[in-house]
Amino acid sequence: MTGRASGDGIFVDCLALGILRGAALIAVASVTLGAQGATGKAVYDKWCAGCHGDTGAGDGPGSEYMLPRPRDFTKGIYQIRSTASGELPTDADLLRMVTEGMPGTAMPEWKSVLTDRERSDVVTYIKSLSDFFKGAAPKAIAISKAPSSSPEAIADGREVFKKLECFKCHGEQGRGDGNSAPTLKDDFDRPIRAADLSENWKFNGGTSVEEIYTRFRTGLDGTPMPSFSDALDAKVVTDEQLWHLAHWVRSLSPEKAPEVREVVRAARVTGALPRTPDDSAWATAERFWIPLVGQIITKPRWFAPTVDGVWVQALHDEKQLTLRVTWHDPSRSPDPEWDEWLGRMRQTMTAVDSLPLSATQGPDRLTVLFPTRVSDTERPYFLGGDRKNPVYAWRWTSAPDKLDVGRLSGLGNFAAAAASDVTHAAVFDHGEWRLQLTRSLVPSDTSAVPGFAPGVAIPIAFVAADGSSGEDEIRASIGAWYAIYLDVPTPPRVYVAPAATMLLTAGLGVFVVARARRRERGNRRTTQEES
Amino acid sequence: MRQVLIGGMLLTVAACGGGGEKAGSDTATPAGAAPAAGAAPTAMAGGSVTGHVKFDGAAPANPTIDMSEEAACKGKYTGPALDPVVMVTNGMLGNVVLYVKSGLPAGQTYPVPSEPVVIDQRGCLYHPRALAIMAGQKLEIKNSDPVLHNIKALPTKNRPFNISQPTEGMTTTRTFTTPEDNVPVECNVHGWMHSNIIVLPHPFFAVSGEDGSFTIKGLPAGTYEIEARHAKLGTKTMSVTVPADGAATADFTFAATGT
Repeated sequence: MTGRASGDGIFVDCLALGILRGAALIAVASVTLGAQGATGKAVYDKWCAGCHGDTGAGDGPGSEYMLPRPRDFTKGIYQIRSTASGELPTDADLLRMVTEGMPGTAMPEWKSVLTDRERSDVVTYIKSLSDFFKGAAPKAIAISKAPSSSPEAIADGREVFKKLECFKCHGEQGRGDGNSAPTLKDDFDRPIRAADLSENWKFNGGTSVEEIYTRFRTGLDGTPMPSFSDALDAKVVTDEQLWHLAHWVRSLSPEKAPEVREVVRAARVTGALPRTPDDSAWATAERFWIPLVGQIITKPRWFAPTVDGVWVQALHDEKQLTLRVTWHDPSRSPDPEWDEWLGRMRQTMTAVDSLPLSATQGPDRLTVLFPTRVSDTERPYFLGGDRKNPVYAWRWTSAPDKLDVGRLSGLGNFAAAAASDVTHAAVFDHGEWRLQLTRSLVPSDTSAVPGFAPGVAIPIAFVAADGSSGEDEIRASIGAWYAIYLDVPTPPRVYVAPAATMLLTAGLGVFVVARARRRERGNRRTTQEES
Repeated sequence: MRQVLIGGMLLTVAACGGGGEKAGSDTATPAGAAPAAGAAPTAMAGGSVTGHVKFDGAAPANPTIDMSEEAACKGKYTGPALDPVVMVTNGMLGNVVLYVKSGLPAGQTYPVPSEPVVIDQRGCLYHPRALAIMAGQKLEIKNSDPVLHNIKALPTKNRPFNISQPTEGMTTTRTFTTPEDNVPVECNVHGWMHSNIIVLPHPFFAVSGEDGSFTIKGLPAGTYEIEARHAKLGTKTMSVTVPADGAATADFTFAATGT
C-alpha cells in the first residue's frame, strides 16, 4: 500500500482489515495446522491470540487498537447469546460468532479462513478458558414465531419503544443519542455506544427481526443493554409488543446495507436549487454512501472513529453545485453532557501513540477535499494532500458554525484562503448532522481552485470528526478518493441523433444486402468479399 | 415481619441520604428505630451481636445529583438530590454492612433465610446503598419509580444479570449461588446509581440503619470477628464473644479519613 490511493476499493479494505488481520497475525504461532489434526488451542494461538491474548483475557497486542475491545474469555460473559441474561452462551452461539464475526467490531468472520472442524475446535478451547463452562449445559430460551410485519405493527413498535423508554439510551430517533448515552460503559469501565438502530449493518448480533427480538429477550451481557424477559414475565410488556418493537427497529435501517459506488452523481435541476439542508427537494435526490474509517496512517492514529460513513447528495443547475452531506454522530460537540464520555475515551484510547487525547471537547468537523486541478489524472495524496501537491478543501466546524475554504497540505496543515465563495448551512437533529455546501461552478479565483465542469469526473474525498470523542483534524474518520460527476444538460441533438443513426443503419443494411445479392448472382467465386 | 423491618430501614436510608425526601407513598413503618437484621429461622441459635456505628467528626458533604432529566425522581426531593455516599445522622452512620467474618465452625452450613433481601430503586437511588445476602437467598429487586431502571450486577464468581424494569411496582427475584466479597450493582440509565452486595456463606449479617444501630441474630455461642464495611470509608473489625442465647455488644466508629 503506497501513499497514493490508486485503487479506492482496495484501499478501504486495507484500512478496515489492516487492524483486524494485522493484529491477528502479530502473534502468529509456530504451529502448523493440518486440516484434520488441528486442535482448538493451535487454532486459537495462531488466529485469535493476537487480539484475545495468550490466556484469553482479551489483552492481545492488537487489543488496545480497538474499541470495543476483544472479548475476555476468562470472564465467561458474552454479549450475543440465545440464552437468558447472565447465562453462558450455547456452543451454537459461540460457533456463530466465530463463523460470522461481529459487525460493528473488529471481529471478522472466520468461515472463509477456518474449516468447520477448526471453528468447532476453537469453540471448545474458548470454553476451557472459563471455569463457568465446567459441567454447564446452557439452553436457548424458547422464542415464539415472529408475527409478520405491517405498518400497524411498526407503528405499535414505535409506541413500545416509548413505553419501555428505550430512547433513554438509544435516542428518540434511535440514533444512539439518548440522554444516558454519554454515560454508558461496559463491564471494564470503557465507553460503549448505545446502538444506532438506524445503522443495522453495525449490529453485533445480526439484522433479522428474530435476531433483534432475541437481543431484547437475552440482553447483551457485559454491556448496559438489559434483558426484557423479566418485564415480559411481569406482564409489563407483551410478547407481541416486543415483536412489534423488533419490526420497528428493523424498519429504521435500509433494506440492505449501503452499497458503495465510486461516483456521486450530481443531477441537473431545471428549477431552483434547494436552499437549506431540510429543503424538501433533498428527499428525492439520490444518495451515495461514502464509507469512512479511522485514520491510522499518520500519528496520532485513531482506532475508534465515531463516523463510519457519510451520505452525499449533489445537485447542480449549471451555475452552482450544491452538496448535502448527512452523517450520524450522537453528540453535537462540544457538549458538557459528553464530558464523562470523553473522560472514558481518554482513559481507554490514550495509550495509543502515547499522545493523550485533549481533555476538552473540540467541535464536530467535516472536510470536503478536491484536487486543486481537476484535469490531473494523478490524484493528490489521499490524506489531505502534501506540501508538494496540496488539496483544495472546504473545512466545516460545528462550533463555531463556520466554513473555511483553503488549502490542505496534509491533515492538520490547513491554510485558509482570504475569502470564501462557498456558502453552507448545518442542521443537527437527534444524532444526525445535515450539512449543505454550495459553490458556483466557476470559482472566483480560477488560479488554484478547481472549476466544476459538467461531464467530468471530479475527485472528491471526505474527512469527519466527532469532537466529543476526542477527535480532531488528524484523529478523524477518513475516506479514499471518490468522484463526483455533474450531469451534462441534455441538448436537442441527443434526441435526434439516435433516430438518425437508426435510419442510416437500416439504409446501409438494405444497401449492403442488395449489393451482396447482386454480386452473388454475378460472380459466385468472389462470395468471400461480401464481408 | 422481617421484610417490614427491612423496609423500614430502607425508608430511613432514603430519608437521610436523599437530602430530604418527601414522604413516600410506599408502606411506611416508623423510621429510625428499626435495626436491620439478617433473617433468622427459628431453628437457629439465640445469640446476637448488637451495636451502633458512629461517625466521628463533621460529616463530609455528599455530592449532588443532577436529576433534571428524570422529573419523576427529581420531584421526590424537596432540595437538590444528594448521592448518599456517607450517610450520617446525629453522629451515627448508616449503610454499613456488619457480618461475621470469622469464628464460625469450619464446614458448618446454615439454613438459607426464607425472607428475601430487598433492594429498592426509589427516587433514582438504590435503597439500601449496601447489602449483604446469603448465597442462595432471594434478592428481591423492586422498582418504586415510574421510570425505566435497569439493574446490572457485575460479579466475577457468580453469574451476572442485567434486568430491565420499565415500570413502577415491578419486582424481580434473583439469587447468587456462590459467596463473593463484592458484587457491584449499577443502573446504566442513571449512571449515578450504585450499590454493593456482599454474598456470604451464612446468614449472620446486618446493615446499619439511619440511627447507626444493627443486630446480627441467630448466633450460637462463640467468639467472632465482626467486620463493619462501608463502601466509601473502608472496613473495621472487632472481636466479640457471644454467650449462649445472650447478646454481645459491638460499637464501631468511623471517621472522615476513611481508615
